Amino acid sequence: MASTKMKIKKSKGGGYEVMVLAKHPMETGLRKDKKTGEKIPEHFIENMEFAVNGEVVAQANLGTGVSKNPLIGVGIPNAKSGDMVTVSWVDNKGESDSAEKAVK
Amino acid sequence: MKRRIFLKGSLAAGTLAVAAGAGMLTPTRVLASAWPKAAFESETEAEALQAFFGTSEVEQSDQVSIKAPLQAENGAVVPIKVMTSLEDVEGIAICAIKNPRPYTTSLRVSGGGGGLYSTRIKMGQTSPVNCYVKAGGKLYMASQEIKVTVGGCGG
Repeated sequence: MASTKMKIKKSKGGGYEVMVLAKHPMETGLRKDKKTGEKIPEHFIENMEFAVNGEVVAQANLGTGVSKNPLIGVGIPNAKSGDMVTVSWVDNKGESDSAEKAVK
Repeated sequence: MKRRIFLKGSLAAGTLAVAAGAGMLTPTRVLASAWPKAAFESETEAEALQAFFGTSEVEQSDQVSIKAPLQAENGAVVPIKVMTSLEDVEGIAICAIKNPRPYTTSLRVSGGGGGLYSTRIKMGQTSPVNCYVKAGGKLYMASQEIKVTVGGCGG
């Protein structure tokens, strides 16, 4: 299920911006299954970590209020060409995924 | 889940330096810090700010800008982008104040991170969206009202 895509683009204000698209249902725990009427349990990404050359620069905290298949963008102003950007996430059920890409 | 229990108490340190994993590219590093459960479960904004930033004293700032639609066609996917020109950014948080849990998402920034955070959030109804930026030990905010025609919370 897990599939995480990453894109790095130049940011207008200088530096770079990392865009991450994580495939995830992000269930709120409020929705009901239409057939059985039972509540669908919460299932969402908790933390998403961004690292440049192995050093963590930012950590996004997500909750149930974030849309399905979250698209998260974070600025990395000090990154330069050739730097390795790693992103990894963990959800409330302990599932995780990661992706890495070099800055062009 | 040890980190959940750990979190209950204090959450004063916004940005935690990470000693582990320097120079290594393995994704299975120790997390910088735990998920801010208390902030996410707060029913009021002030509580959430207190839990996440350690302060709820806020100052309006034009150095915090929000890029978001004035009207969202689909409340399940509302793109929000927060940008700031402030120096020494420590954290960014987004609150959709009329959602059942106003505190929606946040970003902790450690050395080398920047003043930009974009995400897509769910909104149950038309509501102001408050974006907070903590920089240099102070909390700044900007707000924008977003109209929602079809809600995106629940079924």
